[in-house]
Amino acid sequence: MTPFGSLARAMLKGFFRDRMALFFSILFPLMFLVLFGGIFTDQGASKAEIIQVGPVAVLDDVPKDARAYVDESLDITRSSDLAAAVVKVRKGDADAVISQDGDTLSVRFSQADQVKAGQVQGTFAAIVQSANLAVTGQAPKFSLTTARVEDKSLSTIQFFTPGLLGWAIASGATFGAAANLVVWRRNGLLRRLRLAPIPTSAVVLARVAVSIAIALVQAVIFLAVGMVLFGLKLTGSWPMIVPLLVAGTLAFMSIGLLAGSIAKTEEAAIGMANFVVLPMAFLSGSFFPLDGAPRWISAVGTVLPLKHLNDGMLDTMVRGEGPAAALLPVAFLLVFAVVVSAIASRVFRWDD
Amino acid sequence: MGVGITADGLVMAYDDVRAVDGVSFTVAPGEFFGLLGPNGAGKTTTLEMIEGLRKPQSGSVRIDGHEPWRREPELQRRMGVQLQSSSFFDRLTAREQLDTFGALYRVAAGRTDEMLEQFGLVDKADLRTEDLSGGQKQRLSIACALIHDPDVVFLDEPTAALDPQARRNLWDVLRTINDSGRTVVLTTHYMDEAEALCDRVAIMDAGRILELDTPAALVRGLDAPVRISLAPGTLSLEDARAVAGADEVAAGESALTITTRDPSRVLTELASRDALDGLSVKGASLEDVFLELTGREYRA
Ligand SMILES: Nc1ncnc2c1ncn2[C@@H]1O[C@H](COP(=O)(O)OP(=O)(O)OP(=O)(O)O)[C@@H](O)[C@H]1O
Ligand SMILES: [Mg+2]
Repeated sequence: MTPFGSLARAMLKGFFRDRMALFFSILFPLMFLVLFGGIFTDQGASKAEIIQVGPVAVLDDVPKDARAYVDESLDITRSSDLAAAVVKVRKGDADAVISQDGDTLSVRFSQADQVKAGQVQGTFAAIVQSANLAVTGQAPKFSLTTARVEDKSLSTIQFFTPGLLGWAIASGATFGAAANLVVWRRNGLLRRLRLAPIPTSAVVLARVAVSIAIALVQAVIFLAVGMVLFGLKLTGSWPMIVPLLVAGTLAFMSIGLLAGSIAKTEEAAIGMANFVVLPMAFLSGSFFPLDGAPRWISAVGTVLPLKHLNDGMLDTMVRGEGPAAALLPVAFLLVFAVVVSAIASRVFRWDD
Repeated sequence: MGVGITADGLVMAYDDVRAVDGVSFTVAPGEFFGLLGPNGAGKTTTLEMIEGLRKPQSGSVRIDGHEPWRREPELQRRMGVQLQSSSFFDRLTAREQLDTFGALYRVAAGRTDEMLEQFGLVDKADLRTEDLSGGQKQRLSIACALIHDPDVVFLDEPTAALDPQARRNLWDVLRTINDSGRTVVLTTHYMDEAEALCDRVAIMDAGRILELDTPAALVRGLDAPVRISLAPGTLSLEDARAVAGADEVAAGESALTITTRDPSRVLTELASRDALDGLSVKGASLEDVFLELTGREYRA
């Protein structure tokens, strides 16, 4: 086996035998995926639970064509006890109580779940309106059709899989490089390798290859879990995540190398890496979209490598853009990697 | 095969100490050379400059004509190095460490088993290095240094942490290596080790070489008296004092000790009196030379 190959193999074995590293670079981000996937899938699919007290004309005599709409969004149970029904809503066991008093329809809801509250109010406003229209006997003048601009298959999982994957790759590459550098410097292995008849580049390239391999494993596991558990669907140019992932790994490795060169202990290196990666993940929209965020946040984002990685992956993986959408992010990440590596090589030490 | 080494006026100063302060010596091809000295004497620093880990602040090192700090692969392939603190790849087994180091020197895979065998680590081959005992780690570290059959070997306190068996076994290994014409340079605190192994010894203290010679010449140069002990009661104190050549006589609980600078005369006389019960003769050792040169104070 070549020196490069044997170093890479030694590093890979070291990684896969390190339970903590495995947990934090693979299982931990995956927990977020499952958590987010679980939360948002449930919310999108569930119906509002309605308790109907007494007869309600607009619900009981819904015209045939509107019946389907009502069944799709409301889950109606009947009760004769108004007070008990209101208590249930207050406790969160039901979303609203509906009753009719003369010609007035009354909806009692809880604001605790804002999404459900909006859904219930909107649905009943529409029902009342169409009932009013039906009473006038006129044919509706305007009609409404809706269509999503994204791929038809788009569900919430599509939005955060790329962001969470970006965060996972960023932490994996940063922590891997930082910890590796500090540990090997402290136990003297760097010095020992320096006396072996191999170029320094063989050591660096072996670490790069290992980090890229780890990023690929992360991506495969992420996409598999997203697809199997949550119905993630990839769009046409998704293979572009490979160059994105390689460039991203290089960019974050360079941050890790810088942290590992400055830090004296493994704890300090990990603290430093955390200090950089975690805020960056928030500012780059890894955990939630930044559409409503103030302008300065998106301004900061334009210089953050993770933002470019996330955007590139979002565009090619789920937004259905062509492969060209990955070019700018890849270029940015590579330039970032070169600049930060150059700084890291200036503060690099073989021993402490 | 053997490689010659020249160190000339080596200096390495840190903020407040001159760790190495003008060290010069040569090691002939095939020589077994020892660096001896108390803690902090500058042995490791000297060795690191010779290996090429540190560039001397002034002075120069040549190994077979190469300047080691340039890290030329042709030279590095011929050098085997064991550093003072063993350094291994994290979470690899003993066998995997040897395989990995072997691959760095492009050694055929079979060498790993030879080394495990030679260093008594066959039973521990599949244990991770984190789980090895201190002495086992030390043996593995030396095995990793020797895996590519180097022409010149640098060992920094190779027998620290070894039990007596392992120490003697390592001596045998090192003697075999040296007998086949390879150059060996080691540092040690153990005088018996230097006496048993080294062709020449440099005694260092405070960054300088105090003496450099063969162990025998160093001991001779000390001109220390020989102590001859007998079982108590073999000879009366007065009779012992009367022995020709005896400088000093002391009667202890367990032995009667005669100190002399003319041991052959004293021994002949004792033999003629048939007074040789429990005889033991102790000459000066390298340890005496060492203490004489470096004093008994603790070092930094
Ligand atoms: N990186 C460093 N910075 C400052 N001082 C150092 C450094 N390395 C070594 N020294 C000092 O240089 C002196 C020589 O150290 P060195 O390690 O060469 O001693 P040594 O003879 O190998 O000792 P030992 O027998 O304990 O291994 C010591 O006083 C040590 O404190
Ligand atoms: Mg030392």
